[in-house]
Amino acid sequence: MAATVSSGRDAVATPIQRAFREAFYAGAISLGLFVLFIGLRTDQNITNELILVQRWLLLAIVVIAVTVGRFLYVAYAVPAMERSKAEKAATPAVVAEPGFIKQNFNRIGLVILLLYPIAMVLLFGFQGSLKWVDNFGIQILIYVMLAWGLNIVVGLAGLLDLGYVAFYAVGAYAYALLGTHFGLSFWILLPAAGCMAAFWGVMLGFPVLRLRGDYLAIVTLAFGEIIRLVLINWREVTNGSAGISGIPKVSFFGLISFNVSDPNYIAKVLHIAQSGAYYKIFLYYLALGLCLLTAFVTIRLRRLPVGRAWEALREDEIACRSLGINTTTTKLTAFATGAMFGGFAGSFFAARQGFVSPESFVFLESAIILAIVVLGGMGSLGGIAVAALVMIGGTEILRELDFLKAVFGPDFTPELYRMLLFGMAMVIVMLWKPRGFVGSREPTAFLKERRAVSASFTKEGHG
Amino acid sequence: MQYFVQQLINGLTLGSIYGLIAIGYTMVYGIIGMINFAHGDIFMVGAFTALIVFLILGALFYSVPIVVALLIMMIVAMLLTSLYNWTIEKVAYRPLRGSFRLAPLITAIGMSIALSNFVQVTQGPRNKPIPPLVSQVYTFDGISISLKQIIIVIVTITLLAIFWYLVNRTALGRAQRACEQDRKMAALLGIDVDRTISITFIMGAALAAVAGTLFLMYYGVVVFSDGFVPGVKAFTAAVLGGIGSLPGAVLGGLLIGFIESMWSAYFSIDYKDVAAFSILAIVLIFLPSGILGRPEVEKV
Amino acid sequence: MNAQASMSDFILQVEHLSMKFGGLVAIGDLSFQAKRGEITALIGPNGAGKTTVFNCITGFYKPTEGMITLNKRDGSTFLLERLPNHEIPARANVARTFQNIRLFSGMTLLENLLVAQHNKLMKASGYTFLGLFGFPSYRQASAESIELARHWLEKADLVDRADDPAGDLPYGAQRRLEIARAMCTGPELLCLDEPAAGLNPKESAALNELLMGIKGTGTSILLIEHDMSVVMQISDHVVVLEYGRKISDGNPASVRTDPRVIAAYLGVDDEEVQEVLTEVGDEDVIEQLDTGPDAAHGPGNSASMMAGPVSDSVEHANEGERVTVSKGASKAAQVDARANSTKSKPAPKSSTAKPRGGRK
Repeated sequence: MAATVSSGRDAVATPIQRAFREAFYAGAISLGLFVLFIGLRTDQNITNELILVQRWLLLAIVVIAVTVGRFLYVAYAVPAMERSKAEKAATPAVVAEPGFIKQNFNRIGLVILLLYPIAMVLLFGFQGSLKWVDNFGIQILIYVMLAWGLNIVVGLAGLLDLGYVAFYAVGAYAYALLGTHFGLSFWILLPAAGCMAAFWGVMLGFPVLRLRGDYLAIVTLAFGEIIRLVLINWREVTNGSAGISGIPKVSFFGLISFNVSDPNYIAKVLHIAQSGAYYKIFLYYLALGLCLLTAFVTIRLRRLPVGRAWEALREDEIACRSLGINTTTTKLTAFATGAMFGGFAGSFFAARQGFVSPESFVFLESAIILAIVVLGGMGSLGGIAVAALVMIGGTEILRELDFLKAVFGPDFTPELYRMLLFGMAMVIVMLWKPRGFVGSREPTAFLKERRAVSASFTKEGHG
Repeated sequence: MQYFVQQLINGLTLGSIYGLIAIGYTMVYGIIGMINFAHGDIFMVGAFTALIVFLILGALFYSVPIVVALLIMMIVAMLLTSLYNWTIEKVAYRPLRGSFRLAPLITAIGMSIALSNFVQVTQGPRNKPIPPLVSQVYTFDGISISLKQIIIVIVTITLLAIFWYLVNRTALGRAQRACEQDRKMAALLGIDVDRTISITFIMGAALAAVAGTLFLMYYGVVVFSDGFVPGVKAFTAAVLGGIGSLPGAVLGGLLIGFIESMWSAYFSIDYKDVAAFSILAIVLIFLPSGILGRPEVEKV
Repeated sequence: MNAQASMSDFILQVEHLSMKFGGLVAIGDLSFQAKRGEITALIGPNGAGKTTVFNCITGFYKPTEGMITLNKRDGSTFLLERLPNHEIPARANVARTFQNIRLFSGMTLLENLLVAQHNKLMKASGYTFLGLFGFPSYRQASAESIELARHWLEKADLVDRADDPAGDLPYGAQRRLEIARAMCTGPELLCLDEPAAGLNPKESAALNELLMGIKGTGTSILLIEHDMSVVMQISDHVVVLEYGRKISDGNPASVRTDPRVIAAYLGVDDEEVQEVLTEVGDEDVIEQLDTGPDAAHGPGNSASMMAGPVSDSVEHANEGERVTVSKGASKAAQVDARANSTKSKPAPKSSTAKPRGGRK
């Protein structure tokens, strides 16, 4: 009823009138939403009792901001967007030759990634580059690796896994425990951690094979939580929530070490000045190498029968079975392969931090990784890398925005807003591009020419 | 035996809260087939609203009868939390309806992150303790039952009865069930699907708000991150009972409550969540669509 | 062994097959055989259990009772009801298509056909490991599989669209692609579930050609079909099901004159069959009614025979003929019809409770 009436009115009302009405509603709703949460703040006084602090001015500012924002959106932004859409539709659809950047996206990206630490060192010096190489470069690359690993399970095989962080944890703890107790080197432990994670992938895969859709999602989530809880509570082995520290550093295949005390410390070998930046730069290239390995294996696998079977499984499981594909082993290999890359990422993470604790493996991490996969466009490596860059880089950069303090006063800590903005960005990007940045799918074989498959045909899997 | 009965009562209390939250998950899932990941945080918002209302009441009046206070807390929490869920549905889920299945899941996770961090930013990251609202404890034959527990169980039963009536006996409930079966057909028959879905979100949020108020009363403390664990537990309960089935949600909630309290009583409190999750996995292996869920028929 | 050798001109033997869903008997004690190199059609009204038989043969359902034997050309036999789902195509070489098309719609046509060659390629790629490192043996196998795919794309007249997504194809082409995909598994028995459903006359003709081509390669075909023009033109042997039981079995000509089949398709009960037979007078007319309108309406312009031309004609027959044919039709014919109907007494009792023709 209400809907029909209002749409009838929409037809006659001018955009401005409508904008006023919409803005009024938005203001009223935001007033309702925020009156208790922004208007009042619960604080503890000296005697530890809760008291209310009144912030009506802030509430008024927020509500007015929402109202004005809605007004501008409805009155100007929406008509402008519609106009540009209409113009686009009116002009004949020229098949635009993809630009130079688009054509060589991968190559340009790779060159930038290879030169990145050098550029940072040149710009900020060794000490100044630490932050940029470590917090940005390595951090983003770890997420890229994780997301590419999860992409095999979610993007290719179409199995919704909400507990991917479990394999990351298995890899990290495998490296931490074996490294600290047996002193094994990273280069032995990396494959070992990968195998261990793959084994757990199969262990998880077996019981949940029969489950579909959201049942699979909740069991994988439960699995992730179980691993985390065991890590917290199995104190004899994992040292509980205190975590494991003193994890050995990675060496350059045992030839060059990054421990200052070692005789083959890099500065001594190469006769250069001591700096912590060498290790970070080395780790950066190591992460980049692992990412490239993941990408290479994923691309190769997609062109192999097993990769095609994954995608076929996502499209239609019953048809797969009618073609003689063993869906059980196909799903298990997807779980195992995805988990293995999670394990690689985990052991790299442990080596980089030198410290692991269950704190790093909460559900939020799984959610972030899944969000990156979906935001990037399921199955597309390039899109996922861009999504990781935007989401992780974007929130990391909030830590750096000190100038905001000058605007909002010294109490303002942009870091606090990091996750709030992250969550909102997830929503906005998804609303803007429900299929992710890259929705189309690259075929794995072709007779005459390779043409991307539009997103409207691909399915998202049922598992 | 007394110890066992005592645990049974604790489990029943806990299970009631889980059951109330689980209904929100299961209803939304039934009607639009998505996991509303933000529902746990909706529950947290409900608890926080109750907390703030409690503080307002304390500041405005010298003393309020506890029943009246609880009632006001509950009603305001229900209203405001419903507004939150309604807005979230409208902003984050409705535009994505009928598109890609994972898109609303991601916006739901995004909303969940945004909500809990919104509360953290506006209300601060610390625990918010309140003085005990109700403290009477009755002892029968060595079994102690607190008034809090009695209130929780009574409120839950009353709400479930009202809720059952709404879903099974009113035109609204019929519209909901019709949308659940076939949304397109329901629309063709003149049911306002958008409105029905909105009301479903409102109902789910109202129940979660009550659960939040009861949670605050029972534990006497709330913090911004409190949405996650009860949310996941309630979701587990909904799946255990068979997602989409309302009695299943209550049953699942009670089961999770019992498992937790029994496990902490007889085995180890550290592993109570592990036990709950493991039992979920085991049940799903044998009953892939939960206890009361409709088995998914694989149509060839 | 000798006995089996003589049996091996039957590629498929279904013996005493029963399938129950709870209390519902979807198939009751069904036995039939399909000869090697022939096209066997399985027909029957809606809900007769045809697709259930298919699902039992291809392992999607485990039958409650009965035995399904597949004799391969090399002399090996498989009991299909004992094989896991995916091994039926993989080991027993039985491929199938689906009533509602199941293509990998986001993959290109070529990819669809490559997925069908999964098991062969899997072996060639050394279960992924050799393929991962780009061993030449895999590359060769890969090139061969593309050639096979091209072969079937050409047969199905789809080679121009090899690099388009399968979901982009028109309906008829999707049907042909599904058959081509099934053929890429290298089957000895191909099970087609209503391949002509929803096809226009031109597409239907193209389909017939494709099926005859497949038959020419020595692959046996088991076919569920509603479109009588397809059934009558291409099948060598017809099995008619009604309510999960076999009511007729034989060559197309004999089946279409079988009064039980007519009764099943006309959707009238025994007395009415008699009446119709009586009124119509003789079997030639019935046959005319059965096949005539098909030619008029063209082959299957609807997904279901019940809603299609045949049932249309039945309605016409019921109403029209009753008016035009005199009430005092020949008594001999009546007796004849009675005799016919008594002969068909063992016909399923359930047919009395059968819904009328124009259902669906």
